[in-house]
Amino acid sequence: MTPTRVDACHIEGMKSQTDSPIIHVCARGLAPVILIIGLYVFFHGHYSPGGGFQGGVLLAASFLLLRMTLGTQISQLVMPSRLTITLSAIGALIFAGTGLVAIFAGGNFLDYGFLPVPWFDPAYLRNYAILFIELGVTLTVMATLVSIYDDLLEA
Amino acid sequence: MATLELPPRGDVTAPVHQTVNKAGDPVAGAYFIQNAYRDAATPNMVTVILADYRSWDTLGEVVVVFAGGMACYFILRRRES
Repeated sequence: MTPTRVDACHIEGMKSQTDSPIIHVCARGLAPVILIIGLYVFFHGHYSPGGGFQGGVLLAASFLLLRMTLGTQISQLVMPSRLTITLSAIGALIFAGTGLVAIFAGGNFLDYGFLPVPWFDPAYLRNYAILFIELGVTLTVMATLVSIYDDLLEA
Repeated sequence: MATLELPPRGDVTAPVHQTVNKAGDPVAGAYFIQNAYRDAATPNMVTVILADYRSWDTLGEVVVVFAGGMACYFILRRRES
């Protein structure tokens, strides 16, 4: 039997959840599609149902599919375990920091019209600020779900 | 008695569809519907309410998710030593 790439990972001592090549191929083909759908739901939240929470959950589903099929070791290449809790904190800080910047620019907390970006109309400033804080929401939700999965595996 | 059934679908006299409440004050929903696009230039009114008018609430949700992740981290993760 010629060693495939998955088998090579086995030989190097990386533990995988399952040995079925069908599941490996399907999961590796499906994960990028879920990733793209998650990014679409996140970016299209201005025009359709969607937004940070839903997009973050879809991105986390993509990473967790790889975690569950290929094993935790190999899927570290896509989303390292030590980064997850840091990314979660960064996402919450993006949200709160946007509000704090608005305070220091003279407005109320989370009043995006006062953000110090001078070449934008306030309405469009709010438009892009909404996208920015949704980025923070997406990061937090995605990283927290992956982090909880990793914690449950280590327990 | 008002909680025994839902109002009929499309009833324009239902309390949630009024622009002023029983006390005569203008309600927030009418303001959101009329001014959401003017304020934030975003077609999805739900996104504007969620992330702009009521962004304190969304910030609280994000902090709750983050706190849950931190709690799982500190309780479950094994110390590397």
